[in-house]
Amino acid sequence: MNTRSHYDVAIIGAGMSGLAAGIRLAHFGKKVCIFERHNAVGGLNSFYSIAGRRFDVGLHAMTNFVKPGVKGTPLGKLLRQLRIDRDEFALCEQRQSRIAFGRHGETSLRFTNDFAVLEAEVAARFPRQIDGFRGLTSAVREYPDVALDTGYVSAREVVRRHIGDPLLEDMLFCPVMYYGSATEHDMDFGQFVIMFKALFLEGFARPYEGVRVILRVLLDKYRAAGGERRMKTGVKHIVARDGRAAELILDSNEHITADHVLSSIGAPETARLIQSGHHAAPAVMPGRLSFVETITILDRQPAALGWGSDTIVFFNDSPRFDYARPAEEVDPRSGVICIPNNFDFGLDRQLPEGIFRCTCLANYDRWAQLPEDVYRVDKQRWYAAIQASARRFLPPLAEADLLSRATVTTDMFTPRTITKYTGHLAGAIYGAAEKNRQGRTELVNLYLCGTDQGFLGIVGAMLSGISMANLHILQKG
Amino acid sequence: MTKDECKKVVVDIIADIAPDEDLSNLKPDVRLRDQLQLDSMDFLDIVMELRKRHGIEVPEADYIQLASLDSCAEYLTPKFNALAAKR
Repeated sequence: MNTRSHYDVAIIGAGMSGLAAGIRLAHFGKKVCIFERHNAVGGLNSFYSIAGRRFDVGLHAMTNFVKPGVKGTPLGKLLRQLRIDRDEFALCEQRQSRIAFGRHGETSLRFTNDFAVLEAEVAARFPRQIDGFRGLTSAVREYPDVALDTGYVSAREVVRRHIGDPLLEDMLFCPVMYYGSATEHDMDFGQFVIMFKALFLEGFARPYEGVRVILRVLLDKYRAAGGERRMKTGVKHIVARDGRAAELILDSNEHITADHVLSSIGAPETARLIQSGHHAAPAVMPGRLSFVETITILDRQPAALGWGSDTIVFFNDSPRFDYARPAEEVDPRSGVICIPNNFDFGLDRQLPEGIFRCTCLANYDRWAQLPEDVYRVDKQRWYAAIQASARRFLPPLAEADLLSRATVTTDMFTPRTITKYTGHLAGAIYGAAEKNRQGRTELVNLYLCGTDQGFLGIVGAMLSGISMANLHILQKG
Repeated sequence: MTKDECKKVVVDIIADIAPDEDLSNLKPDVRLRDQLQLDSMDFLDIVMELRKRHGIEVPEADYIQLASLDSCAEYLTPKFNALAAKR
């Protein structure tokens, strides 16, 4: 056997989960190589440049923020497992975020990284629901959310046992679903718990320079631990023999062997790579939920427009919050606004330009079938519709055309963009509806990590890589 | 290796795994779990760092022997000395 093409572990995909798994494995002496088809690392949480300007994708905020000294939460576990000093991420906290419902955001709940703020807001707006809200919070705190073997429990049902007002129920589900639900309308209570903690009990932060800081730290650790990485080299096929992943065939047609294969590219995406010769791999349906995002670069700080307080705003204008694949290309009735300038970067530091991002639910199939010229026109049309919808939930501007006058440039990504650059089918950034907590596949030495394993958010993604590397490889010696 | 040296090896490992813990007043006869916030992931790391740094193998059935610094020293010191004798 050519020893140069044999690894203890081959990892497919250099996103957050693949990199985190790679760090663990390389640190403990495994010969590891990460194969990444794209020319950049990060997967669903990456960045790109246009005309010298760098745009983050994925990351609005890093969830799961806790202050130094708070132990036993996902962020702390992640830092310990990857031997990262928390100063390396240099996290800056959010100012405040809001959940704004109604045609003009009439009902609004403010929250910060101090949970007491949300609790007080609920008590003020929904006085009859506050006891139920506290009961729900206790249920969340007590739930064994990191167990790898819990079954599906409807989060809507559990939440309704505590919360009797559908408006408050929807207001709590809106951020939780937007930041991590792969299922429409309802979600597993275990997933709800993970996200509720990540968003409300913990909180939002980001490095001044955005997601690239986190990726740089991960890459430095991986390299220092001796991990190898091959970019622009995807895995084309997994050759199955005797129930094992016997060989990987790369885009370059090279053949690679590995004792273990860890795939971070998604369950249906991984199943498609398997060539067994015996039977077709069982079908795993790609997720139905995808998103568009508009990015508007401003020539001034958002504070100069009166938008200096909110870091993230989760909005919805409809009687009920409808988290589902829209019939049209985009559903602008609800969405998420992110103003990255409104993290607290310190008194003497601000991002050089204003940034205004809006995310809405989108229909992959509708976008995928458009001819190129129509695609471009539709992007412009929906850009305007999304902005008009989102602006209703921010303080009104002094002059109607102020935003367009302040706009330097814009960009927009669609479900089609997501699939093109990340390989995730149907632009499903939260993956398939069904999660696979144990990460096992039909092949004994092939495991899943990342989105379809089911820990969400970027901290979740990294913990997924860590947990699967521990469970399937390191604990076995 | 003396038992005290063995305890130092374990404390050094914990310091690297959990730099946010204060290890200055560890009581050797009290369970580590009761004095520090260490979960099962952290204990797995202690075992793996022992293997990586010192070539010491701790089978899963023996993890319980790592409960306190005293029990670590009882269990690990003979292993260290047996390894040194072989070299």
